[in-house]
Amino acid sequence: MTNPGLGGGGEGPGTLTVASRLSGYLRGGGVLVPVVTALLAFFVGGLVVLATGANPISTYRAIFEGSGLNWLFPWVAGEDRVLAALNLQQTLILTAPLILTGLAVAFAFRAGLFNIGGQGQYLVGSMGAVYVGSSLDGMPAFLHVVLAIAAGCAIGALWAGIAGLLKATTGTNEVLSTIMLNWTAVFLGAYLFGLGGPLQNSDPTQQSIPVSNDVLGSARLPVFWGDPELQGLHVGIFVALAVAVLFWVLLNRSVTGYEVRAVGFNPDAAEYGGINAGRSYIKVMLICGAFAGLAGALDILGWQFRIATNDIQISLVGYYGIAVALLGRNTAFGTVAAALLFGALLNGTSVRNLDPTIFDPELATNLTYIIQGLIVLFVSAPVLVTTLSAGRLRRRLRPMPSPEVKSGG
Amino acid sequence: MSTTSDAPAAVAAGSGGTGGSRLRARLARVSRAAWFGWGGIALGLIAFYIVLPPILVRSMVPSLVLAAAGIGLAVVALRAGERRVGWGAVVACLAGALGAYGAVKSGAGNLERVIVWSALLAAALRYATPLTFAALGGVTSERAGVVNIGLEGMMLTGAFFGAWGADVTSSWLGGVAIGLAAGGVMGLLHAVFAVSLRADQIVSGTAINFLALGITGYLFVKIYGEQGTPDDLPEIPDVSLPIGWIPFLGEALEQLNLMIWLGLISVVLLSFFLFRTPQGLRLRSVGENPLAADTAGISPIRVRYYAVIASGSLAALGGVFLSIGFVHSFNQNMTIGKGFLGLAAVIFGKWKPGGALAAALLFGFSSALAQRLPVFSPSGAVLFQALPYVLTLIAAAGLVGRSRPPAADGIPYERH
Repeated sequence: MTNPGLGGGGEGPGTLTVASRLSGYLRGGGVLVPVVTALLAFFVGGLVVLATGANPISTYRAIFEGSGLNWLFPWVAGEDRVLAALNLQQTLILTAPLILTGLAVAFAFRAGLFNIGGQGQYLVGSMGAVYVGSSLDGMPAFLHVVLAIAAGCAIGALWAGIAGLLKATTGTNEVLSTIMLNWTAVFLGAYLFGLGGPLQNSDPTQQSIPVSNDVLGSARLPVFWGDPELQGLHVGIFVALAVAVLFWVLLNRSVTGYEVRAVGFNPDAAEYGGINAGRSYIKVMLICGAFAGLAGALDILGWQFRIATNDIQISLVGYYGIAVALLGRNTAFGTVAAALLFGALLNGTSVRNLDPTIFDPELATNLTYIIQGLIVLFVSAPVLVTTLSAGRLRRRLRPMPSPEVKSGG
Repeated sequence: MSTTSDAPAAVAAGSGGTGGSRLRARLARVSRAAWFGWGGIALGLIAFYIVLPPILVRSMVPSLVLAAAGIGLAVVALRAGERRVGWGAVVACLAGALGAYGAVKSGAGNLERVIVWSALLAAALRYATPLTFAALGGVTSERAGVVNIGLEGMMLTGAFFGAWGADVTSSWLGGVAIGLAAGGVMGLLHAVFAVSLRADQIVSGTAINFLALGITGYLFVKIYGEQGTPDDLPEIPDVSLPIGWIPFLGEALEQLNLMIWLGLISVVLLSFFLFRTPQGLRLRSVGENPLAADTAGISPIRVRYYAVIASGSLAALGGVFLSIGFVHSFNQNMTIGKGFLGLAAVIFGKWKPGGALAAALLFGFSSALAQRLPVFSPSGAVLFQALPYVLTLIAAAGLVGRSRPPAADGIPYERH
């Protein structure tokens, strides 16, 4: 077959296609590649800013300062430093859940699963945490926090476990089932905390507001940097970092991790080697769900303290997790770094932090979506080759081993 | 029903016989026990139907008798080994009895306000149309072997550019044309990555969704800012038919938007195209076995490009209807999950245009019902909106019968 196709794949055997060249380049690239990907996305984003008539350099500079990352520069002093500290606290508050939803996607990726359900798992996790956190009055503080976090993790795990169970038993595509679970979670939340819902706030003067009860003081995460009254940085960032370490250990130093990676490389070979792939799928989804549920719990117990039904509908934390994991190449360190990048981007473009005279923050919020979309798009082609390479997907890339034509009816 | 009666049969056998004889052949395959099961399902539905307007029986007894009889039939079917239909009948009867209980317990006045069948049908059609277009886009693309998770984003693109196009050209036709083209461009982008670069189609589809959210939001804020789209946005007209005198259908169909009819016509056209024309057969062959298609002289790459671009345009039409045929404005992220529902309709409808329409109508009906249910319980109505998603989850899990995608769906094609 030598007809040249549109895809540049027609050069015949021996010559590399665009995609395989890209993948080789990516595999050899190490840390450099995600950095280049991000820079490319920011460059295109800068063109968008330019097309709007604003100056991309001063815009990115303003976003950078809004993110508070300039606090890291020792020469920033005085009032600027105080402001930078405040901004950095907010950036890190946003980074913690992004690390966790990113890990929730990354862990599934390593097992050859695409977990689009981080958003739903995040939502049900926050629901569990707000329920436990706002009830059980009089409980000792530490125990209450632990219980509320455990509730978030457990419900998130169960929610994702549905997808894992269906994948293992009936072979249901996890992409489809997790999308459906996401929307089910949205409407479940709208029902539970909406007007007249069973978990709407019990304050008689607030019955017209669709919001949950407030998390009690004993279940709130302690603030260790900044003023608790001004939404200082809570300890959740350490929890997220600890989970990233756990992720690494689990994946690289445990039997479960070995099985997960084996199934991710090639489920058939793994089965042949005595690994129960179905059970691995369930286990993986439970763990992913616990990660994402934990993200929801940290947000609730750390700074939101309540769920409003409006926020449920517009929240995108779980979806950001997809971009975070892809940019972080599904590794623990990469995910943390990508989460910090997106956390900074989100905070730096927020209405509160971006000076409207430099760039309209509402535009900047959408610019963030565009940059994320570009990153995911640029990563999409080679990512499958690098992460899931040896098994399932490489087999997919080869032409079909021409199965006999299915005759039916 | 045997699971092989679906898509692959059509591919392997080509198009055999007329519609009528095909239907007859299909019915002949349904076993007698299965007929009992279907009878049980029907009884369960009737048990619920009679307590609703216009019949409005105010007693539980007839419904219970019907449901019990239905379960009897279900047992017959189950004993004969027809598990799927049998359990379906059991569920239908239990649901029917439960629904009847709820209806008898609630006020007749409320029931009459909520259950107006003609209005419900009209509303269901209205809610179903965006999903139908998205689902047709999904069918087109997936039949050619390219998974399109970006339907949501393509629909959103259509919604914005439809509104913007209508605004700048001062004509709804301009809006439709520009929306259609914009969706096609998004489709092209997806095709470049999914077909030429052989990207993971799900990841690049996810990227399309992010991009569409950003681009439409960006342009919306930039062009319309605080005020939003103008109030005098040209709108797609309604079609008035002089059929209002026909009791049920006439009332429902006499005043519907042009796009609703266009959606229904598109279902027929796409169905004809896919299953009755050589080009349709080629498209499906690329989705089933691209290597064989290539050997037969069909370029899988080209066919997939066309299919994915058409997919984007179709999904965009759903968005165009949403913005200038239904809501009459554009808002950021206004599609909120409708594209994903369209994707669900594709799977629920077993990758067939007609099946996708049926699924879209079911989803539309539950939305229409949710719209009217607040008469009873505002919070319960919210929960009802989750129904389509739960249904799809169940359907995908195989309880409603195997739903089998085209064999090469989601697999990039590489020539050697």
